[in-house]
Amino acid sequence: MNNPAKIRGFLDVFGDWQPALMAVMVAAITIFALAYALSNKMKQPWFHSIFHRPSLTVIDKRLVIGSALFGIGWGMVGLCPGPALLNVMTGQWDVVLFVAALLIGNRIAHYTVGPAK
Amino acid sequence: MMNELAGGALIGIAAALLWLGIGRIGGISGVIANIFLINQGHRNWSLYFFAGLLASYPLYVLLAGTPEMQITANKAILVAAGLLVGMGTYIGNGCTSGHGVCGNGRLSLRSMVATCTFMAFGVLAVFIMNLLNL
Repeated sequence: MNNPAKIRGFLDVFGDWQPALMAVMVAAITIFALAYALSNKMKQPWFHSIFHRPSLTVIDKRLVIGSALFGIGWGMVGLCPGPALLNVMTGQWDVVLFVAALLIGNRIAHYTVGPAK
Repeated sequence: MMNELAGGALIGIAAALLWLGIGRIGGISGVIANIFLINQGHRNWSLYFFAGLLASYPLYVLLAGTPEMQITANKAILVAAGLLVGMGTYIGNGCTSGHGVCGNGRLSLRSMVATCTFMAFGVLAVFIMNLLNL
């Protein structure tokens, strides 16, 4: 999943599609769903006083536009934030450049659009 | 297929531990945004999580050797895409981890909409990039 070439193969639905990465998501979502179901029976987390449940529930323009922008950038290079940060450790300048732009983009959105309420 | 399932399971376990341990959603774009917050409570766990993510790389190299990593995009595209990912995940409040893994695991309608949207636009972007031979 850290390899941009593989991610682009996964997203290349109309070309040489490599669907194997679907298994990464299915396994991860299944395990987290089980943990989440377990947490519904717990009063509090093991080492903290409350579960910080996400408070936003509305499907708005902000969610769709943000996700669309992210999707375009993700497809262009094949890097989403997690693997991008991890790949900085390879020391390749291409990744450092991408992550620097990602951090600047985060701040631009923070100072123009601001945090969601 | 076994490698993909095992990798996904590790991601799921990581998110599960963070949720059951301290009640936080393991979203990388959230962690990035939190790191910019000075003097706020949730900055600390984000820094530890970030340190753990970076530390997993040498651990992987030690156990399994250097992983393959090929970037084909040129520098201008890297910068444009990085800006889009940084802005988009901030505005949409999540990426493949926060929405894709945790949100869908919680059966959150918002995260399902977000996931369908970034998948669709990701597919579109790859289609156009391939068309332009980039």
